[in-house]
Amino acid sequence: MSLAHRIIPCLDTDGARVVKGVHFEGLRDAGNPVELAARYNAEGADELVVLDIAASRDNRPTFIQTISRVAETLSIPLAAGGGIRSLEDARSVVRAGADKITVNTSAVEHPELISELSREFGAQAIVLAIDAKRHGARWLVHVRGGREATDLEAIVWARRGVEMGAGEILLTSMDKDGTQSGFDLELTAAISRAVTVPVIASGGAKVPSHFLDVFTTGAADAALAASIFHDRVQSIRALKEFLQQSGVQVRLPC
Amino acid sequence: MNVTIMDYGAGNVTSVERALRRLGATPSRTDRREEIASAERIVLPGVGHYGALIAALDRRGLRQPLLGAISRGAKFLGICLGLQVLYASSEEAPELAGLGLLQGQVSQLPPTVKLPHMGWNRLERSENSRLLDGISSDDYFYFAHSYAAPSSGAEAAALCGYGREFMAVLERDNIFGVQFHPEKSGAPGAKLLENFLRIT
Repeated sequence: MSLAHRIIPCLDTDGARVVKGVHFEGLRDAGNPVELAARYNAEGADELVVLDIAASRDNRPTFIQTISRVAETLSIPLAAGGGIRSLEDARSVVRAGADKITVNTSAVEHPELISELSREFGAQAIVLAIDAKRHGARWLVHVRGGREATDLEAIVWARRGVEMGAGEILLTSMDKDGTQSGFDLELTAAISRAVTVPVIASGGAKVPSHFLDVFTTGAADAALAASIFHDRVQSIRALKEFLQQSGVQVRLPC
Repeated sequence: MNVTIMDYGAGNVTSVERALRRLGATPSRTDRREEIASAERIVLPGVGHYGALIAALDRRGLRQPLLGAISRGAKFLGICLGLQVLYASSEEAPELAGLGLLQGQVSQLPPTVKLPHMGWNRLERSENSRLLDGISSDDYFYFAHSYAAPSSGAEAAALCGYGREFMAVLERDNIFGVQFHPEKSGAPGAKLLENFLRIT
């Protein structure tokens, strides 16, 4: 008996529709979130992430409705986020059916938000999303969808986030995101070894061996990808069969 | 079939409600004492902090109605924290008394593993579990917790291992508990809830 490594599809949405684009630029429509969620639920995804990448106030009711309709179709856990700025924002996401809340920019600006949410919902419900980019010998945290660099070191921020009550880290490599050249193994391993909570690796996945590498060399507990699943470049089932044959424990639903 | 879901204002009660509805049951959410006292089948979902759940139950005066319903023979299913509160106490909030229906203390999983225990794990099950009827030992269930109940006790129907062994499924007469989230555990989770609905 041991814990299975998780495969997590991610739906980046504009609130209502799934969109895709490299580094949040050149967005194009990639489908209906409810249909994709149902497909991933059936194909053996271990969890689903739904993000509102527009994250504007006006968009909120639409996004909450999307979460609710996605949650209705799922029998696996759902994490949702994008633009969560307050306890009240988080409550509306949880009420709509999300099991976990992801926070990013607003947590960097107001770290106490992490503690506040963790006290209310428990650490297992708080996912700290970190967008990291290499600057010389260090990885720095970026905010606002990666557009803005901070002087915060990713490892330091990950540790601090966990101390404040995050139960999981969703780590995206800005350098690898959209390149389909594999996960950032060095970054993922560095963060995974620095914190006591599970780490979800994100950015750069294309072929099954990328996932194998991030679970072994990268020491990731879970791996997230979007377009390769949306575009059927990679089926979740075939990916999991490959991982199992390679000696990585995964959940293969019948 | 009517199922009473205890809704104490925290946790994701909606997903439990949806999962039961998919199975054809008629769930109703309540925090009213009289409804809980007279319920035939009760589900107590729970996520978050042990202390918050105990405080919420006591603030609403739900402890006695719940204990009364259970001693009268109502079928009870505690999920995650809902299992943990069946015990006498928890390290997570040692100053607060649990329901005390089971002996022992809930304690934190060891720091030798990443916490929370988050994700899909398998069970080591006993032969004659009512909740796990028709469920294979190859099936995975979704866990999200850092504290867990002791693995000893005649009520153990299945154990799980993560850092140490702990109680994953317990069954004693009309009292049932699962440390994982059946409402988030795909087909095996749905089967487990269906088994609970069928218990007479």
